[in-house]
Amino acid sequence: MTASATVAPSRTTTTRKRKSSGVRASSLSAGLASWLIGIIFFIPVAWMVLTSFHSESDAGTNPPKFGAPLTLDGYREFFGSGTGQSPWPALINSATASVVSTLLVLGLSIPAAYALSIKPVRKWTDVMFFFLSTKLLPPVAGLLPLYLFAQNAGLLDNIWLLVVLYTSMNLPIAVWMMRSFLVEIPPAILEAAAIDGAGLINIMRKIIAPIALPGIAATALICFIFSWNEMLFARVLTGVLAETGPVFLTSFVTSQGLFLAKVCAAATAVSLPVLIAGFAAQDKLVQGLSLGAVK
Amino acid sequence: MNSRRRRTVAGLALPLLAVGLVACSGAGGGGSKSGGKSINVLMVNNPQMVDLQKLTADNFTKQSGIKVNFTVLPENDLRDKASQEFSSQAGQYDVATLSNFEIPFYSKNGWLAPLDSQVSADASFDQADILKPMTESLTGADGKLYGEPFYGESSFLMYRKDVFAAKGLTMPAKPTWQQVADLAAKLDGAQPGMKGICLRGQPGWGEVLAPLTTVVNTFGGTWFDKDWTAQVTGQGFTDATNFYVNLVKAHGEAGASQAGFTECLNNLEQSKVAMWYDATSAAGSLDGAGSPVAGKIGYAPAPVVKTANSGWLYTWAWGVEKASKNVDGAWKFVSWASSKQYEELVGAKLGWSRVPAGKRTSTYSNADYLKSAAAFAKPTLSAIQNANPTDPGVQPRPTPGIQFVDIPEFTDFGTQASQFISSAIAGKLSVSSALSKSQDLAQAAAKKYKGK
Repeated sequence: MTASATVAPSRTTTTRKRKSSGVRASSLSAGLASWLIGIIFFIPVAWMVLTSFHSESDAGTNPPKFGAPLTLDGYREFFGSGTGQSPWPALINSATASVVSTLLVLGLSIPAAYALSIKPVRKWTDVMFFFLSTKLLPPVAGLLPLYLFAQNAGLLDNIWLLVVLYTSMNLPIAVWMMRSFLVEIPPAILEAAAIDGAGLINIMRKIIAPIALPGIAATALICFIFSWNEMLFARVLTGVLAETGPVFLTSFVTSQGLFLAKVCAAATAVSLPVLIAGFAAQDKLVQGLSLGAVK
Repeated sequence: MNSRRRRTVAGLALPLLAVGLVACSGAGGGGSKSGGKSINVLMVNNPQMVDLQKLTADNFTKQSGIKVNFTVLPENDLRDKASQEFSSQAGQYDVATLSNFEIPFYSKNGWLAPLDSQVSADASFDQADILKPMTESLTGADGKLYGEPFYGESSFLMYRKDVFAAKGLTMPAKPTWQQVADLAAKLDGAQPGMKGICLRGQPGWGEVLAPLTTVVNTFGGTWFDKDWTAQVTGQGFTDATNFYVNLVKAHGEAGASQAGFTECLNNLEQSKVAMWYDATSAAGSLDGAGSPVAGKIGYAPAPVVKTANSGWLYTWAWGVEKASKNVDGAWKFVSWASSKQYEELVGAKLGWSRVPAGKRTSTYSNADYLKSAAAFAKPTLSAIQNANPTDPGVQPRPTPGIQFVDIPEFTDFGTQASQFISSAIAGKLSVSSALSKSQDLAQAAAKKYKGK
C-alpha cells in the first residue's frame, strides 16, 4: 500500500513533466513557425521601406545594395519636388471615399445583420446567399456598364460615385462579418434586458454595441482597407479631380528612367494611414478577427 | 403579415434613400468643368513630361491665366485610359499625349479635333519649323493635321568610344548588322562583366518589337505585304529574328528576356555593355549631368542590311479631343508646350540636355543646345530626317509605320507575338515556333483589312 502510494504520485509527476515538455516543444515550434510566416510576409514591406530611403540609382542596381546611403529624395519626389504636383488632393479623395463609404457600410450592415441573426427574418439563409452572390460577379465585368452609366449621368471623375460603389462593394462582406459577430451574442442576455424593460434602442446601445464593438472595429477596418486600396474602379472612373491615392501612386511609374525609389516612397506614404488605423484598433482587432470572441 | 411587409419596405427604402442622397449630392459636388479657365491634360509619365508639369504653373498659367490639371500615367495605362476616353468622347480631358501610332487611326475614327485653323492663325508657332517626318506622321488620312509633336526620336547605335579605343576597334560610319555582330563578339569581356551589346528582349509591342521590327525591315522582311497577308514566317522576318535572337543570346546583356529601354540604359551607364541599339532620346540621359559615361559615348546610324536606313520614327504628340469644350484653351497649351520658347525655357531653367528635342529644325541650329548635345545632335537629326514611315523596307506596305503596324489590333497581337519572341530569347521556345505562332496571330488580326 505504502509502496503503491509512493509510486503513484511519482508516476503522475513524470507524466505531467513529460506532457508539459511536449506542450512546450509544440508551442515553441508553433511560435517559430508563426515568426517565420510573419517575417516572410514582412520582408517585401521592409524591402519597400528600405528602398524608399535609397537614391534612384542605388535602388535600380542588381544585385541590390543593402547598405547604400539613405536619402529622403524619394519622399521629396512624392511631395512634389520633381513635378510640383501635391499628393494631398489625391489622399484627401482617398480618405473621403474610404471613410464615408465605411460609415455608410456600417450604418447599413449592422441593422441588416441584426435582422439576420438576433431577430432573423424569414428565409434569412436565402438573404445571406443573395448578399454573397453579389460578390460572385468579377468587378471588371461591371466596369464597362458602370463607365457608360457614369458618363451619361455626368458622374465621371466624381468622388461621390466611388463612395457609392465602395459602399455597395463592401456591404455584403460587412453583413456577413457583422452577422457572425451578432449571432454569438447569447440570447439570454437580450431576454434578460428585455425583461428588465429595455427597449430596442436601449438594447442596441447598451447591450449589443459594447459586446459587438470588436466586431464592428474589425469590419470597419476591413472596409476601410478595401476602399483605400481599390484601384480598378478608381483608375477608370476618375480623372483629374477625383483621383485617389493608388491612382496617384502609379503616376510615378515610367517606362523611361528610374522610378523604384520614388514609387517605394510613395507606396510607403500611401500605406501609412492603413497601418496607423490598424495599430490604433489593434487590441479590438485581435478580439474581432478571432471570430466568436464576444463570448 | 401586413406589418412585416411594411417593415421590409421600410428596410429596403432606407438604403436606397441613402444611396440616392449621396448620388444627388455627388452630382452637384464636382464633375462639371470650370469653363475657359482650366484644361485637363492626360499625359504619359516620361521625364520630359515631368519637366513640363513642373514648369506649367509658373509659366503657362501665369501668362495665359489657364489652369492645367494633369493626370500622369505609365505608358500602358495611358494607352488604356486614352482609348477609353477618346472612344467614348467622354470629354474629361481636353488634351492627351498620343503617339504617331495612335494619331492616324484616332483621327480616322473622328476622335480628334483638327488643328489646321489654329496653326494657320498662329504664325508665331511656325509649323514649317517642325521636322517634316513628324508633321507627316501626325497628319490624318484626310490630310488634316491632328497633332503637334512634343518631342521626337528615331533609333541609332550607341557605343563606348573608350572601350572601342582600348580594344583597337573602330565603328564604321554606316555599320551593317553583320559588322555590329562581329564587333559585339570582340567586345564581350572587354571590361570585367561587360557584354557586347544591349538589345531589348522584354515582351511588349513597344519593347522588343520596336528594335526587332526595324531589323526585320532592313533584312527585307515585313509583318504584312500590301494585301494584308502576314509575312511573319517569310524569309526576311525569319532571318532577322534568328539574327537578333542569336546575337542577344551570344553577346547580349544578362537577363535579356526581361530587359527593356530602362534596363539597357542602366547597363550602358554601368559599363555592363559596350553597345546599345535603341531610341535617340536615350542620348540625353547618357550624356547628361550625373551620367557615369558622359562624354564616352559615340553614335552611329541604325545598322542596315538591305535598306539604306533603318532608324524608327516615334513622337509623343499632343492631340486635342473632339469632345473638348475648350479647344482654344487646349491649343494655347499645345502651342506653348511645342514651341521654340518652351525649349528655351527648359534650357534656361533645367539645362539644355533636358530639352524635348527631335521636333524642330531650329533646335539643331541653336548654339546653346548644340553646346550640350554636340555629340548626338547631328546623328539624331539625320536619323529622324531619314526615317520614312510609309516605305521603311524593301516592299510596299499596306499601312504606315516603321517599328509598328499602324492598326489598333497591333497592340494586341504585337504584344502576344512579343511574348513568344521574348521566350525565344530566354531559350524556352525555338525561333521558328515563336514565328509560326505569331504568323497565325497576325493573319487573324488582319482579316478585317484583307480584300479592302
